[in-house]
Amino acid sequence: MQIQDILKKHEASIDNLLMILHDVQNHSAQSYISESDIAAIAKYLNTTKAAIYGVVEYYSMFSSKPRGKYVIRVCKSPVCRMLGGQDILNSIQSTLNIPTNGTDAEKRFTLEVSECLGHCDKPPVMMINEDLHVNLTPEKIDSILNHYRQNKP
Amino acid sequence: MTETKIALKNAGKIAAESFTQYERAGGLNAFRKALKMEPLDVLKAINESGLRGRGGAGFSAGLKGKFTDESTCRYCGQKYIICNADEGEPGTFKDRAIMENDPHLLIEGMLIAAWAIGATKGFIYIRGEYTESIQKIQRALDNYYTEGWLGKSFDTDDDFNLDLEIRLGAGSYLCGEELTLIESLEGKRGYPRIKPPFPAQHGLWKKPTLVHNVETFAHMPFILENGADAYRKFGTGNSPGTKIFSVSGDVNRPGNYETEMGISLRVLIEIAGGMKDDIPVKTVLVGGAAGSFVSDKHLDISLCYDSMKKIGGVLGSGAIMVLNETRNLFDFMADIMEFFKHESCGKCIPCRVGTAQLALMAQEIKILDKVAINAHLEKMQSEAEYIAANSLCPLGASPIIPISSFNQHLKDKI
Repeated sequence: MQIQDILKKHEASIDNLLMILHDVQNHSAQSYISESDIAAIAKYLNTTKAAIYGVVEYYSMFSSKPRGKYVIRVCKSPVCRMLGGQDILNSIQSTLNIPTNGTDAEKRFTLEVSECLGHCDKPPVMMINEDLHVNLTPEKIDSILNHYRQNKP
Repeated sequence: MTETKIALKNAGKIAAESFTQYERAGGLNAFRKALKMEPLDVLKAINESGLRGRGGAGFSAGLKGKFTDESTCRYCGQKYIICNADEGEPGTFKDRAIMENDPHLLIEGMLIAAWAIGATKGFIYIRGEYTESIQKIQRALDNYYTEGWLGKSFDTDDDFNLDLEIRLGAGSYLCGEELTLIESLEGKRGYPRIKPPFPAQHGLWKKPTLVHNVETFAHMPFILENGADAYRKFGTGNSPGTKIFSVSGDVNRPGNYETEMGISLRVLIEIAGGMKDDIPVKTVLVGGAAGSFVSDKHLDISLCYDSMKKIGGVLGSGAIMVLNETRNLFDFMADIMEFFKHESCGKCIPCRVGTAQLALMAQEIKILDKVAINAHLEKMQSEAEYIAANSLCPLGASPIIPISSFNQHLKDKI
């Protein structure tokens, strides 16, 4: 979807900014908000690029740098960490051969950590884009990632 | 004591998507009744119920409504109503339970409050990560619009109508603080505002704004339908009603449990299936990262705002993180300090620098010997006190809560 088509869905009012940013990023093949997107949004909302850029950089769900098609967010809340969260992180790092905040060679996955995702009753948890994965074990990681490799090219 | 359900009364019993089932379960009886009452009497009922804000601070919901109502006359200007669904306190997942299981109840609560203060426009600010909550709330809003309870088609003698919209957060813990949430709603970075003025006077777009947590709104239909006295039959004198506790960690059945205020930790852990593998409790962190540690000596303490305050703690959001005897307290503490470091917005230098310093100190402590540990903990405490005294918003005032309660109750567990 073109940036102008996305913008048209939202009323041109600055209080829609976060909704617009979510929409733009979700439609980006590389899960990010580009410089030209920022310029277009600023023009649409009649404000400065700096104001938009400041918001993009402030919120941890947004990125102004290209990422993989799928952004993996492993929960690092105290409860998830206590009940195996670090093992999950290690397992993804070695499976994809990337560090935290890294993107794999095919530009398919970016690995991030997130503060509490609010599913402490089923630890450890992670999100891949908008999908939630709970009660993880290192053994489950490969098949979950394969699902995204195969079914959702 | 067992579970007593007000906010979760329909959870699991009706389909969350179904307006018909919600109505059949008694839904909208309360709002219909409220519409026949004077708005001031609705406010009075909420005030007399003694309902306290369930987001963590425990401020009187009645007073908050009263201040918003009084700041400008009913017909003189725009007022807003906001539901704070930016649930981000580590260990807390109660608002999600309401939104995923009974989204119509939350919206009925907002309708009641909006009628009481004369708000005509409202927002539900949900954290961006809560995909299922967002979908369920959107579906429920669509239902209310279709049935004519929201939007222009709704017609009463007083021409009351309310428009509600969802707005999404984007991964900022700080935006769960009401004035920062308002900044975010206005399309800005989540930097805290100086208060006063409070949202009741200067909220969204500088208009009077009533902000409540999801759970607080979810209590209002019960209060209106059954009266303040019926509500006060639950809980304790100063903390009436029920509370959803999000129990996690080393218990057999982690999850959300709604009980009367004042339940003991011991009973709550039993309700959550008891300790996993029968390993005894070492400590419980009550109220989230910005919550307080209690030791196994406090298992009989009553969980309400006042008795937690008596032991120098807070009830907070109702997060109950249970740690068994095998757990390393310093690892847990280091994760909490890392959290504050990440979420500090950087506006106030004592908080920006201080939370980073605390995160470092929490790592250092792991390699110290026993004598040095005590001095190090004291140093962390004075650092945290300094941050609390010199920062604008509640985040800067938070690290001191786990640190001082740790020093007070857990020194013999190291």
